[in-house]
Amino acid sequence: MPGNPTTDESEELQVSDTPGTSSAGQIGPDLVEAFGPSQADGGPELVQLLSPEGERVEHPDFRLDLDDEDTAIKGFYRDMVLTRRVDTEATALQRHGELGIWAQLLGQEAAQIGSGRALLPQDFVFPTYREHGVAWCRDVDPLRLLGLFRGVDQGGWDPNDGNFGLYTIVIGAQTLHAVGYAMGMQRDGIVGTGDADRDGAVVAYFGDGASSQGDVNESFIFASVFNAPVVFFCQNNQWAISEPIERQSRIPLYQRALGFGFPGVRVDGNDVLACYAVTQAALRRAREGSGPTFVEAYTYRMGAHTTTDDPTRYRLSSDLEHWKLKDPIARVKAYLTRNGIGDDDFFAGIEDEAEQLGEHLREGCKALPEPSPLSIFDQVYVDQTPELAAQKEGFAAYLDSFETSGAGVH
Amino acid sequence: MARITLAKGLNAGLRAAMEADPKVLIMGEDVGKLGGVFRITDGLQKDFGEDRVIDTPLAESGILGAAVGLAMRGYRPVCEIQFDGFVYPAYDQIVSQVAKIHFRSQGKVRMPIVVRIPFGGGIGAVEHHSESPEAQFAHTPGLKVVACSNPVDGHWMIQQAIACDDPVVFLEPKRQYHADKAELEEGGDLSEAAPLFASRVVRQGSDVTLLAYGPMVKTCLQSAEAAAGEGRSIEVIDLRSLSPLDMEPVFASVRKTGHALVAHEAHVNLGMGSEVAARITEECFYSLEAPVLRVGGFDTPYPPSRIEEEWLPGLDRVLDAVDRTMSY
Repeated sequence: MPGNPTTDESEELQVSDTPGTSSAGQIGPDLVEAFGPSQADGGPELVQLLSPEGERVEHPDFRLDLDDEDTAIKGFYRDMVLTRRVDTEATALQRHGELGIWAQLLGQEAAQIGSGRALLPQDFVFPTYREHGVAWCRDVDPLRLLGLFRGVDQGGWDPNDGNFGLYTIVIGAQTLHAVGYAMGMQRDGIVGTGDADRDGAVVAYFGDGASSQGDVNESFIFASVFNAPVVFFCQNNQWAISEPIERQSRIPLYQRALGFGFPGVRVDGNDVLACYAVTQAALRRAREGSGPTFVEAYTYRMGAHTTTDDPTRYRLSSDLEHWKLKDPIARVKAYLTRNGIGDDDFFAGIEDEAEQLGEHLREGCKALPEPSPLSIFDQVYVDQTPELAAQKEGFAAYLDSFETSGAGVH
Repeated sequence: MARITLAKGLNAGLRAAMEADPKVLIMGEDVGKLGGVFRITDGLQKDFGEDRVIDTPLAESGILGAAVGLAMRGYRPVCEIQFDGFVYPAYDQIVSQVAKIHFRSQGKVRMPIVVRIPFGGGIGAVEHHSESPEAQFAHTPGLKVVACSNPVDGHWMIQQAIACDDPVVFLEPKRQYHADKAELEEGGDLSEAAPLFASRVVRQGSDVTLLAYGPMVKTCLQSAEAAAGEGRSIEVIDLRSLSPLDMEPVFASVRKTGHALVAHEAHVNLGMGSEVAARITEECFYSLEAPVLRVGGFDTPYPPSRIEEEWLPGLDRVLDAVDRTMSY
C-alpha cells in the first residue's frame, strides 16, 4: 500500500497489545479512514452560522456577537461585494495588459471579510499576496494593491498606517514575522492586561499549501512555546496552484494544531458570520494572553491561482459548480432579502458603489506613477553605502549621456 | 586597562548595548543559562531577564523570522547562529526578508537586526562547524557584513552593529574567541571608536599589500613578521567591513606597493578575494606590477578536521603567494 505506513503490511511498525492501538498490529487509528482526506463539505466539525441557503443556524460553541446585527451583516455584504469587484476589476486590468499578473480571491470573500472585520485597530495583520479583502477591512485603498502587480512598486502602503503588513510572496515566511511581532506585543505589555482598548493580537494569514512549509511549522512552535498572541488564519481553498489538499495533508489541517499545543477550529470559510465569530473568539483569546489558535477556513478558490494559471488542466468543472452553490455572497443576499433586512435600494446602492470603485481602479491604475530608474538605489539601506551612492552617480551619468546626445530614451 | 579575550570583548559589548537601549534583545539557541556554546552571552540572561535574552526553539529560520516581526515592532534583535554551517536554514529569511524589507517597503520598515555568526575553522570540529559563508551575505544587497579580528574591535564593532539601523551580519572568528588577550581601555566611548564600515592598516610595509579579515588577520600579521626576517616589507590591511568594502586605504596601499594579495579561509572561487581583486584591478591597473593573487580554502567542502590545517591557508601558503607575486 504505497503511501500508507500504518497498514498491516508494514511489518516493522507492527505492535501488538499496545495501549492506544485500535486493532492488533496497527498503531493508532486509520487516519485517512477517520478524517478524510476528501471531505467535500468540510465534515461535521465545520462551524457554520449561515447555511449556503441563507438560513441562520446556531452553533453550541460560537455565537454571533454583534452590536447591531442587521447593520453589521449589511456591512459584511457590502464589504464582500466591493471586494469581489476589486478582484474582478483587477483581473480585467490584467487581461487588458495593465497588470502583469493578479492573484484572484474569488470565493474567499467571506473568509477574508469575516476575519478582517473581527480585528480591532490595535491588532496587526500579516497577509499573503491574496488578502485583498482583509486589506479592504484595514482601509488600504485597493488601488495601492495594484502597484505590486503592475510592477511599479513592491507594496504601496505603510504597514504601520492600518497595521497591515506588506504582501509576502515567499510562501509562509510571514507567519514567523507574525509570531515575532506578537512576541514584541508581549514585551510591550499590551497582552492580557484586561484593557480591551489596549490589548492586541496578530493574525497570520496563509493557505493550505503553506501549511507544508517549514517556516509555518516553526511559527506554530514559536507561538506555542512563547504563548504568543497570534491567530493562524489558514484559508484552505483546496488548491495550491495545481496540487490538491491531499498532497499537503492526510488529516484536516486544523487538527494539526493540537500536536503543536494549541486549539484548532474548522470554520465554513464561505460563511462570513461564522468566520467573524470564530476569528473574534480566537482574537479575544490571544489578546487576553491565552495564546495562539489555528483557524482553518474551509473554502474554495473559485478562480485560478493567478491570471497566468489554467485550472482546467487539473480540476473538474463539476467541482466549481458544486462550490458555486455555496457562494459566500449569495447566501448573505438570500438572508438579507428573506428577512427583509436589505431592500432593493440597499442592493442597488451597493451596485452603484461597486461601479464607482471599478472606475476608481481603472483610472487610478493607469495613473500610478512609474518608478524612476534612479530611485532603486535610495531605499536599499537606511544609511546608503558609499559604493551604492557611487553606482547611482555612475548610472545617472550614463542616463544623462543619452539625454545630451538625444539618442536614447529612459 | 583590562586584558580581555575576544569572547569577553564581545560579551562586554553586548552588555553595554543592552544597557544603552532597552529595545536590544538577544535570541538564539542556548544563549540563556548556558551563555551560548562559546559563552559569548554569558551572564546576560541572569542580568537582563528571559524576555530580553531569549532561548529559542531549535529552529534557525524561526529565529530570524521572529526577529523580523520583533524589528517591525521596534526591537533590535541580536540573533546568535550557533555555528556558521547552521545559518542555511535561516538563509531564506535573511536574504528574502531581512535584506529586502526596507527596500520593499520604500523605507517605511527598518530591519535593525544583527546576525552573529561564529565562523571559520581550525578548532578540530566535525562537519558544518568550520565554514566561511561571508561571500554569500556580502553578495546580498540590503545586508551589511562585517568581521572582527581582535578583542578590542569585537567589543566596539558589536555595539556599532547593534546601533546600526540596517541589518548586519556579524562574523566572529571562533578559533580566536579564547585565544589571545588584548588591552581594552576602560571608560572608552562608543562614539570615539573607529567607524564600523572602515578598513584599517594594521602593519605598515612597502613591498606587498596583504588583505585579510577575521581569523586570517592574525595569520597575515605572522606572515608579515616572518617575511620581514627575509627582508620583505609587507603591509597588512584588516578589511573589517566586507559589505560595504572600504577600498580607499587598499588602493592607497596598492599604489605604493604594486603587489596585492587577498587571503581568506573561504573557498577562493567567487569569494571576497575575487571582488577585492577586481576592484583593485579597476582602480590601480597602472600601479600593479603583478596580478592580484588570492589565497584561500580550496573549492571543496570543508575537510575532515585531521587535515584542516592543510586545507586552511596558513602562514606558509601566504608566504608562498608573496613569493609568487614578488617574482612575477
